[in-house]
Amino acid sequence: MKVGLFIPCYVDQFYPGAAIATLQLLEKLGVDVVYPANQTCCGQPMANSGFEHLTGGCNELFIKNFSDFDYIVAPSGSCVLHVREHLYDNKQPEKAQETAHKVWELTSFLTDVLKVESLPSKFPHRVGMHQSCHGQRGLHLSSMTELVAPDFSKPGSLLKMVEGIDLIELDRKDECCGFGGTFCVTEEAVSAKMGKDRVADHLHHDAEYITGVDMSCLMHMEGILRRQGSKVKVIHIAEILNSEL
Amino acid sequence: MEQATKDHAELAEIFNRDEERVDWHDETLWWIRQKRDKITHQLPEWESLRDMASQIKFNVLSNLSTYLQQFEKQALAHGIQVHWAADAKEHNEIVHRILTENQVKQMVKSKSMLTEECHLNEYLATHGIEVIDSDLGERIVQLAGEPPSHIVLPCIHKKKEEIGDLFHMYLGTPSNMADPQFLTETARGSLRETFLTRKVALTGVNFAIAETGEFVVCTNEGNADMGAHLADVHIASMGIEKLLPERKHLSVFLRLLTRSATGQPITTYSSHFSKPRPGQTMHLVLVDNGRSVQLGRKDFRNSLKCIRCGACMNTCPVYRRSGGHSYHTAVAGPIGSILAPNLDMKKYADLPFASTLCGSCSNVCPVKIDIHDQLYKWRQVLMKEGYGPAGKKLAMQAMAFTLSSPTLYHGAGKMGRLTLKYMPFAVNNKLNPWYKQRDMPEPPKQSFGEWYAENRKKK
Ligand code: SF4
Repeated sequence: MKVGLFIPCYVDQFYPGAAIATLQLLEKLGVDVVYPANQTCCGQPMANSGFEHLTGGCNELFIKNFSDFDYIVAPSGSCVLHVREHLYDNKQPEKAQETAHKVWELTSFLTDVLKVESLPSKFPHRVGMHQSCHGQRGLHLSSMTELVAPDFSKPGSLLKMVEGIDLIELDRKDECCGFGGTFCVTEEAVSAKMGKDRVADHLHHDAEYITGVDMSCLMHMEGILRRQGSKVKVIHIAEILNSEL
Repeated sequence: MEQATKDHAELAEIFNRDEERVDWHDETLWWIRQKRDKITHQLPEWESLRDMASQIKFNVLSNLSTYLQQFEKQALAHGIQVHWAADAKEHNEIVHRILTENQVKQMVKSKSMLTEECHLNEYLATHGIEVIDSDLGERIVQLAGEPPSHIVLPCIHKKKEEIGDLFHMYLGTPSNMADPQFLTETARGSLRETFLTRKVALTGVNFAIAETGEFVVCTNEGNADMGAHLADVHIASMGIEKLLPERKHLSVFLRLLTRSATGQPITTYSSHFSKPRPGQTMHLVLVDNGRSVQLGRKDFRNSLKCIRCGACMNTCPVYRRSGGHSYHTAVAGPIGSILAPNLDMKKYADLPFASTLCGSCSNVCPVKIDIHDQLYKWRQVLMKEGYGPAGKKLAMQAMAFTLSSPTLYHGAGKMGRLTLKYMPFAVNNKLNPWYKQRDMPEPPKQSFGEWYAENRKKK
């Protein structure tokens, strides 16, 4: 099995730790992972801003970088959802489709493809899990409070394999953090308020760390935590799963 | 009233200046959303009901003209006078004509978002006709001179103390009286007077049945019935999409509507009107007002399935924190943001962007409208048609150019870690609104790409 590692642009630039943990974790689980050096971005920031018609270059590049792999894995629900739903290329529509279907979000790749049942990780801390909307509602990584359906959580089941972790319950299980891509600047007031409220729920339950499958939501909450002078840290789920502290 | 000059972000910013109020608004609506969750979880068949409702509505939309004709035929046969209105203006003129024919200067009206959409009250006011809204929430916003901020809970943005002040001013209650029970009684008393003296009553329509030609009006206060039963003339205004093929289909929708709206098992009053009682005249106005245009837009057609339960507003984390008036259109929230650009792309180009696309709206929608996907699709249409801010297009073009080239990206990335210039979240970098309430991420020494080149390639 040949796996291509897809690292979203802002993770590459600002959160290399999350990317390194993803790579190391996959390697630890015996996966043959390659990071194609010429990758940039999935095009989502443009598309969600209404400029999907400008994403042709990004799409072409994505297909060029990744179409030869059996699986493409990324530590981000949001970017994966974008590729799955919106990767197109008029010149090679089938290849685009095929590539889009190979993209997996990290935790669902671990549970559904690798069928991981145990992990050698330790993380003795109180951790709040933020359900990022695109992963949860878009990729169905976990059950949603709105639906009348059985309860499950792919990232949750992995976190439960981590020794010493103390997972907290939140008052609002799956409320959006308000990041929303360019929404966070075009709708600054509402976005920041949503972020503050989301962070407050975690603080209220004494979290030491806030984790999730999407670094972008975590980056948003980190910005708010720092501004408030809080000691609570954000950490990508890959870093917890890869942690042997 | 409406502030068409300000967009959603600006109006939301104003609303957010009073954070305590935002918290209160958010918690009030969240409480209703939780009630909805509880009661839907009592029905194991909930998801299949939603499926069924969605499919029934799909059938209606696919055969709308047939059902409309069938409905009209049945209604006429029962002595209902049927009128057709192409747009808001025609609707208002028809209602005005009926009022003039009956020499009436005052009308009692029960809740109808369609008349809000058509701005009927304002129109009639300019012709010297007074409309009294009989739904308690609507009456309150009417006294306050505001439009409803929510389609099911029109005055959800008002605290009871503010309502007490309004009643003190207009209905003569003692000052500083905020007891809900007392205020409701007062409003009832004053409305009873209205019901007894108005000759014409207007109601909305929740469902109309093609098979029988009857229509159904749902209220929790019974005010539609009071108005319609006491008046000599009953006018009912309905959007053409409100049809259901057969009477049996109603059962599906009545189970879904109020569970979704307020978390009640069923609406207190679901009244069927099938013919005028002896001596009464009954008019039914069928209104298009952009609906057939929307029906023709493949990507947005599904929005016409909406039964106006308001669940998408209650669950929307943006609506809860920006208030209904920030949407500057009659139907606020996620569904309103899909319906409004159909009426005027320029005026409402901001609304599909008033969402994080979290998807909660699509999940609660009892008729399974793909709300957040439609918001995404509207964004594409609006920007392609040139309704976006000029600077945004240039920024997006620059970003698309950079991200299409690994060399440019890597160069810009290095710069970007210093200036954040090309990062997605800072792309509309005016004075960087990110920084107002949030700190920047600390730029690492190395990108992952650089780390990988150093640590893995050599192996
Ligand atoms: S779109 Fe769906 S959830 Fe929203 S008001 Fe209409 S029926 Fe209710």
